[in-house]
Amino acid sequence: MLELLRRNWGISALTALGAGLLALVPLFGSNYVLSLFIVLYANVALATAWAFFSGATRYISLATAAFFGVGIYTLAILHVYVSIPLAVVGAAIVGFLVALVVGLSTLRLRGVYFVVFTFGLTELVHQVLNWWEIKINKTVSRYIFTDVSNVNIYETLLAVTLITIVGSWYVSQIRLGFALRAIGEDETVARHTGVNTTRVKILCFALSASVMALVGAVLALRYPYIDASIAFNNTWSFQVLIAALLGGAGRAWGPAMGAVPLVLLSEYLAGSFPHHFSIALGLCFVVIVYFLPGGITRLIERFLHSLKAARAGMGGHG
Amino acid sequence: MILFEVFLGGLLLGGMYGLIALGLNLQYGVARILNLSYGEFFMGGAFTAFFTIMLWKLNPLLSLFVSLPIAFVINWLIYQYLMIPLVRRAADQDALDADVVLVTFGLFFVFQGLALVNWSGDLRGYSFLSSPVHLVGATVAFNRLFAFLAACALAFALFLVLRYTRFGTALRAMTIDPVAASLVGIDVRKFSALAFAAGGALAAASGMLVSTFISFSSTIGVEYTLKALIVVILAGVGRVTGTLAAGLVLGVVESVGGYLVDPQLTIAINFGLFMLVLLLRPTGLFTRA
Amino acid sequence: MSGPGDILLSIRGLQKAFGGLVAVRDLSFDIPQGKILGLIGPNGSGKTTVLNLVTAEFAPDRGTILFKDRDIVGAKSFEVCRMRIARTFQLVRVLPHMTTRENVMLGRMFGSAPTVPAHAAKEADALLDRVGLKPRAGMFASQLTYIDQKRLELARALAAHPELLLLDEWLAGLNPTELKIGIDLVRQIGREGITIVMIEHVMEAIRALCHRVVVMNAGERIAEGTPDSVLSDPQVIQAYLGGSDAAA
Repeated sequence: MLELLRRNWGISALTALGAGLLALVPLFGSNYVLSLFIVLYANVALATAWAFFSGATRYISLATAAFFGVGIYTLAILHVYVSIPLAVVGAAIVGFLVALVVGLSTLRLRGVYFVVFTFGLTELVHQVLNWWEIKINKTVSRYIFTDVSNVNIYETLLAVTLITIVGSWYVSQIRLGFALRAIGEDETVARHTGVNTTRVKILCFALSASVMALVGAVLALRYPYIDASIAFNNTWSFQVLIAALLGGAGRAWGPAMGAVPLVLLSEYLAGSFPHHFSIALGLCFVVIVYFLPGGITRLIERFLHSLKAARAGMGGHG
Repeated sequence: MILFEVFLGGLLLGGMYGLIALGLNLQYGVARILNLSYGEFFMGGAFTAFFTIMLWKLNPLLSLFVSLPIAFVINWLIYQYLMIPLVRRAADQDALDADVVLVTFGLFFVFQGLALVNWSGDLRGYSFLSSPVHLVGATVAFNRLFAFLAACALAFALFLVLRYTRFGTALRAMTIDPVAASLVGIDVRKFSALAFAAGGALAAASGMLVSTFISFSSTIGVEYTLKALIVVILAGVGRVTGTLAAGLVLGVVESVGGYLVDPQLTIAINFGLFMLVLLLRPTGLFTRA
Repeated sequence: MSGPGDILLSIRGLQKAFGGLVAVRDLSFDIPQGKILGLIGPNGSGKTTVLNLVTAEFAPDRGTILFKDRDIVGAKSFEVCRMRIARTFQLVRVLPHMTTRENVMLGRMFGSAPTVPAHAAKEADALLDRVGLKPRAGMFASQLTYIDQKRLELARALAAHPELLLLDEWLAGLNPTELKIGIDLVRQIGREGITIVMIEHVMEAIRALCHRVVVMNAGERIAEGTPDSVLSDPQVIQAYLGGSDAAA
C-alpha cells in the first residue's frame, strides 16, 4: 500500500487535501448545503461500490436498492437495542452476509438473466418485508429515534465515501482487481488462467453490497420513520447505475464524476419537474451507450492525452 | 367449490399474462432484443382505449386501429435505428445484452416521463363489457373472459403463422440460429425488425384488452414488462405456445397461492416462482432438455 | 517430481456426450514427460472436447484423467491451471481491453505460483520478448493482429509455468514464414522440458514436431503412432478424405 502511495503521490496528496477541505464544510455551510452534500456523498459511495463489482465484471446489478434497503432496515431494527455506531456496523455485516447468500445462488446467471434477477430480488424483498411488517408486526412503518446531528452524518458519510473510493482504487492495483477485470473481459479465460472466479465474484459482490448497506444505514439516521417502499425504492438502483456509467465505471474516480452532475440535476429538476428528471435520466442512458461508452473519465483522458500530444508537437493521436 | 372459482380466476388471469407476454417473446425470441420499454406500449394501448371511450365516446376496440399501427411503427423505428447499430458493434451476445438493457431502460424512462408529463400519474379506468357471465357454476366478468379468449385466439393465430407461412418459417429459423438463417438467404435484419415491430403492436393490443378490467396509470408499464418477462422466461425464449401455457401456470399459481397463503403475497409468489425457474431451469419450463 | 520418460498425462476410457451426440467415446492415450503429442482428425472429431475435458471446462461422463498419477477429474478449471496445465483456445481469446502486458501478467499472477503484479510484469516482459511482442506490450490486446493475438495467447499460457501445455490449432492461419517461426518456437518450448499436446491440421508442423500422434474420428481413437506411420495409414487417409474436411 505504501509503495502504491509513493508511486501515485500526486493524486494521493490531492485526495488528502480535498478530503481535508471537505471535512471543514460543516464549519461554514448552512444546513441545506450539508444536506445536499450528504445526498452527494451517498450517491458517490453507492455508485463507486456498484462500479467496483458491476463495472469491472460486467455483471449489471439492479440490486443496489435491495442492499441499501437491507442496511436501512437493519439499522431501524438494531438501533433500539444497541448503540448507533454498532447498529451501522451491523448493517454493513448483514449486507455482506445477505449478498453472500444471494451471490452463491445467482452469480452463475449471466447477461440479461442476472440483470432481471437482481431487479426481481429487490421487488421480492420489498414485498415480503411489507407483508411481514403488516401481518406479523401489525405496523406499516418503523420509527427511528436518534439525536445524531447532520454534522455527524456528514462526516461519517464523507469518510465512508473516501474509504470506498480509495479502497476501490487500491483493489484495482492488486491481484484481486486484475481478477475482477479478467472476469469482465472473458470469464472462461479467467478460469483457465487460474482465477477462482466464483470466489472472486462472490467476495467482491458482498464487499460492494456491504458498502451499500452501510450507506443505507447512515442515511436512515436522517429519516424520522421508514417503510418498505422508502427502503427498497428501485430508483436508487437506476440512478446509481447511470451515475457510475456516466462517469466511467473503469476508473476509481469515474462514478463520482457521474454522480455529482446527476445529483445536482435531480436536485434542480426533482422539486419542480420530477417527470422531466425521469426523461433526462432516460436520455442519459441512451447518450452513454451511443456516445460515451467509457463515460466522462474517458473523455477527459482523451482530452488530456491529445493536449499532451499537442504539446509534444506530434499532433493528435488516432 | 371456492377453490374451483379461485382456480378459474387464475386461469383467466393466466390468459392475460400469456397475452401480455406474447409480444415480448416475439421480440426477444426472434430479434434477440430484450425490450425493457415493452410495458410502455402496453400502457399506451390502455390509454388509447381510455381516450377512445371517455373522450370520443367510441367503442374502445376501435382504438386498436390507432394504437396498433403507432406501436408497430415506433417499434420498427427503435429496432431499425437504435438496435441495429448496437447489434453491429457488439462483440458477443453478452455485450449486446448490456447495451440493450441500458438503452431500453432509457426508453422506458423517457416514455414513462412523457406519459407522466402529458397524462399525469392519476389512476384511470373505464367500464366496458363488464356484465357478469356464469361459467360452470362460477361467475366472471365478461371482459375478463373476452381477454382470455382473445389471448387464446392470438396465440393460436401466431402459432399458425409461425408454423405454416414462409414468414413464420423464417422467424422460427432465426429463433434457433440467426447465423444459419442468414446463410440460407433469410434477410435476418428485415425479419427481425418486422418481428420486433409486431411484438410492440401485440403489447399495445394486450394493453387495450386488459384495460377493460384493470385500473391503470402512466407508471404501470414497468410492472407489465416484468410480468411479461417472467412469463417469457418461464416459457422459454422464443416459445409462442409455451408463452400461453406459462402464463396460465403463473396465473393459477398466483391465484391459488394467494388464496392459500395470503392474497397480499401474490407479487412475492410471482417473483419467487420466477427466481426459482431462473435458478433451476434457465431455459424455461416449456422447452426440451 | 516426475522425470523424463515417466507418463505425465494418462487418459483412460474418457467419454463425453452432448445430448445424443457422443463427442468423445472411450478414449485412452498416454503422453510421457517432455514429449510432444499431436492430436489430429477431421473437424468435429472431438479433439477440442478432449482439451476441454482435461482443463475441466466440461466434466466427463466416464473415464479418468491422470496427471502425474493423480486423477484430476472433478477438479475445477482454475485448480487444473494451478497444477501447471496451461492451454490456448481454438478461436483466439485475448482479453481485449487489457494491454498485451496485462494479458500475460494475468497468466502469471494466478497460476501455480501466485505473485504480485509488479513481479508478474517483469516476467511478462521477458515472455513478450520471447514471442516477439515486446514492442507492443502497452497496446490493447484488441489492437493486435490475429497472429500477434496468437502469440499473446501462447505467452499467457507460458506465464503460468506449465508442465503440460495444450495448444488448440495454435499454428492455424499462419503464412509460410510465420509458420516456420511458430514451429521453431514450439520446438524450443518442448526442448525446455514442457510436455505439449497439440491439436493441429498443419501436417507439416505435425511431422516436424510430434513424437507421437493420436488420430481421432467421430470421437474415437482410430490410430496412434509416429507421425510417418500414422499419416500413411489407409484408415487415417480415409477418415480425412471421406470427411467434409478433405482439404485440411
